[in-house]
Amino acid sequence: METHIRDITVEDIRKWLKEVVDPEIPVISIEDLGVLRDIRKEGETFIITITPTYSGCPAMDMITLNIHKKMRECGVPHFKVETQIAPPWTTDWMSEEGKRKLKEFGIAPPMGNRGSEDLINRHPPCPFCNSTNTVLVSAFGSTACKALFKCKDCAEPFDYFKCH
Amino acid sequence: MNESNTIDYLMLLADSSLIMGQRLSEWTGHGPMLEQDIAITNISLDTIGQARYFYQLAAARLNEKSGNADVTEDTLAYLRDAHQYKNLLLVELPNGDWGQTILKIFFYAHRQKLMYEKLSGSADAEIAGIASKALKEVEYHVSWSSDWVKRLGDGTQESHDRMTKALEYLWPYTGEMFVPATYEKNFLENEFSFDVLKQGWLDKVSGILTEATLSLPPADTYMHTGGKTGVHTEYLGYILAEMQFLQRAYPGCEW
Repeated sequence: METHIRDITVEDIRKWLKEVVDPEIPVISIEDLGVLRDIRKEGETFIITITPTYSGCPAMDMITLNIHKKMRECGVPHFKVETQIAPPWTTDWMSEEGKRKLKEFGIAPPMGNRGSEDLINRHPPCPFCNSTNTVLVSAFGSTACKALFKCKDCAEPFDYFKCH
Repeated sequence: MNESNTIDYLMLLADSSLIMGQRLSEWTGHGPMLEQDIAITNISLDTIGQARYFYQLAAARLNEKSGNADVTEDTLAYLRDAHQYKNLLLVELPNGDWGQTILKIFFYAHRQKLMYEKLSGSADAEIAGIASKALKEVEYHVSWSSDWVKRLGDGTQESHDRMTKALEYLWPYTGEMFVPATYEKNFLENEFSFDVLKQGWLDKVSGILTEATLSLPPADTYMHTGGKTGVHTEYLGYILAEMQFLQRAYPGCEW
């Protein structure tokens, strides 16, 4: 069915934005990641508020661009993407669904709540074989939000999404 | 509150973060092992990201004041010369060897952590927002660099000797972090005490250095200052020459 401009609702926008994913972890949507903070309508304009994960995260520009692409694709005539940094993003905002998808993708999801972690004493279950016989290799992995671990049972290295 | 104090203070935060990140980025592809190369590049990325927030905020406030829209984060980073930069001297020093770089991150990150903790409660809500975001990132810099300081100080004879040398070289540049410039003092009046900040930093840093079997230099060591008011070492000019080359040669160039 054709969607008329006047019919577009905040819920439609939310539904369409489910297809906007993190460019570095393409299985997880910006909503699951907790990056999408708010969608509201002001007059005729939809205001989409996002928050960066890490200050220097290069994925943010890409995410903003992808939101623009998606909104145009769906024929949303008036929208604005706003970035908000306070309150700071936390992995507590990541959905359970998001954590499950991360693990399926081969990235160990964050364990527990925000706060700086004692990574050396962390043993996240290996996303490949579930063993907790895992060891920290480096506190910084392929991106700022991840740390590098190794599984001592199946010998696979893997990324762990740090609590933040 | 005098707005020009706030802007000067924002430039101090922005310039220090940017030059720290720019220097660390020189390690990209040269780290002693892949994982640590990635770690230092990530730390660099964090501080450059933090610099961008401070520049963006400074640009917005400058434009608000002038009624124009000609200042951007890019004009602030690329089109100011060394004497206009307000960064700490510590961050513009050459990286030296791995140990010296680690020790620089260690001194700086511990101080940033304490300062961002204070700034998170700033009366200026926008600065408080950036500080509370940066704080979470800096906590990882603190733990990573502290682990390395212990490992290298209490490592082999060679790593211990190199750390001792690095300590002698860098220590005289740490004092500046706790001597406020006039604009800084004016902006921060009633926000926090520099003496308390310095004591907190000394307690943390000296505990870890002791654990690393390194001895703290004498308390009366001469301390260099000047960066906060634009009086820099010769090193800053070279960093800017490299960093700003493209925008100076091809104004407004984008890709």
